[in-house]
Amino acid sequence: MRAFQAIIARDLLLAVRQGGATFLALVFFLLTVTLFPLGIGPEPAILARVAPGVLWVAALLAAMLSLDRLFQADFEDGSLEQLTLSGLPVSLIVLAKIITHWLTTGLPLLLAAPVLAVLLNMNSEGFTALLLTMLIGTPALSLIGAIGAALTLTVRRGGVLLSLLVLPLYIPVLIFGVSAIDAAVHGLNAKPHLLLLAALTMAAIPLCPWAAAAAVKLSLE
Amino acid sequence: MSMHYFANPARFTRLAARIQPWAGGLAAILLLVGLYLALVVVPADYQQGDTVRIMFVHVPSAWMAMFCYSFLAVASAVGLIWKHPLADLAAKASAPIGAGFTFLALVTGSLWGKPMWGAWWVWDARLTSVLILFFLYLGYMALWQAIEDSQKAGKAAAVLALVGAVNVPIIKFSVDWWNTLHQPASVLRMDGPAIHPTMLWPLLIMALAFKAYFVALLLARMRMELNLRRIRALRLAERTS
Repeated sequence: MRAFQAIIARDLLLAVRQGGATFLALVFFLLTVTLFPLGIGPEPAILARVAPGVLWVAALLAAMLSLDRLFQADFEDGSLEQLTLSGLPVSLIVLAKIITHWLTTGLPLLLAAPVLAVLLNMNSEGFTALLLTMLIGTPALSLIGAIGAALTLTVRRGGVLLSLLVLPLYIPVLIFGVSAIDAAVHGLNAKPHLLLLAALTMAAIPLCPWAAAAAVKLSLE
Repeated sequence: MSMHYFANPARFTRLAARIQPWAGGLAAILLLVGLYLALVVVPADYQQGDTVRIMFVHVPSAWMAMFCYSFLAVASAVGLIWKHPLADLAAKASAPIGAGFTFLALVTGSLWGKPMWGAWWVWDARLTSVLILFFLYLGYMALWQAIEDSQKAGKAAAVLALVGAVNVPIIKFSVDWWNTLHQPASVLRMDGPAIHPTMLWPLLIMALAFKAYFVALLLARMRMELNLRRIRALRLAERTS
């Protein structure tokens, strides 16, 4: 457990000292959301209608773009290999990295989302649902994404391949996330959608680190 | 006789070479019979007219799209668990065939949709999940392409195939859920009246033809892959000697 915490602390420290990455994900999120009113037109009613979907798609892309950092740097300088020698199961190392990824990407996106929702004129009934779906759903993005990041570790310029592998797997998260907000906006019960989203994340917590660890071990062979 | 009896590539190649022409011939005969029945014998539907004949290609392709992915996932699991040397090869060989069937199902579905629903594409739950399945195939094939070492590529692709296999039902469920939320039951009710026997038989024959074609193509692709590997090994041996 101490080793587990130490990895998280180290990665967080690295993220803070190197900076930039979180900031870039946020700026990307903001920019993508800004593009939509420019593309669709500024009518508040239309923007309010598409706001949940736009926010979730943009958050999903922002989370995906930052995935290649998950293991890449540690893989290149050899520290990933050193970590696997620590005696800690690889799946736990992977889980520690996933937690850091969520803390440095998912959490900032979650905090920025309400501000952007205001910009998109989203109905105020949807705000609680937006925060809840982001809170429940973004960990799943980091978890599922870790598999893609681990599989493309040895691939040169794996970014495009990563998106091809990961985006289809993100679809259920997107669907349940958006439908929960939609339900709340229309005054319906958002709970079933939220529960399904939570079920997805709960299932991903044990399964994804396991699969990602198998892929990490492969690239270290 | 265990599963590993055919782990020997030479033994497998011999058997495959014997089965392949039979499977191919069976596919050709069944396809001819099935197409004759479907295009000539079966009467035009009283509602859909002649467009109903698209079904005889569309439905078997959609079945094969699912079947090939299941085959791919099972072969990947066998490859990962028992390290069966031919399983990775079978999985690799089945992916482009499955992607082909999926593409065929999408195209014929679109051609059928135009006269029936008045649009080339509707975001119907079934269409959407088949489209996502197509992307899963593409990702799988791209991963094979991207990793040079074929041993590693095989294992990585197998992990991806299994992750995909776990996800296929979830994606299917979520897309159904999404569809019922966004557009309630409309024109797209394909499961209307039960299918009449005059239509069922040609459909089943076409489905069998597609299966036989899959076997023939799979064996051909696996033999090709084995021969390519042999050529590579021979070239390497030549260069080092």
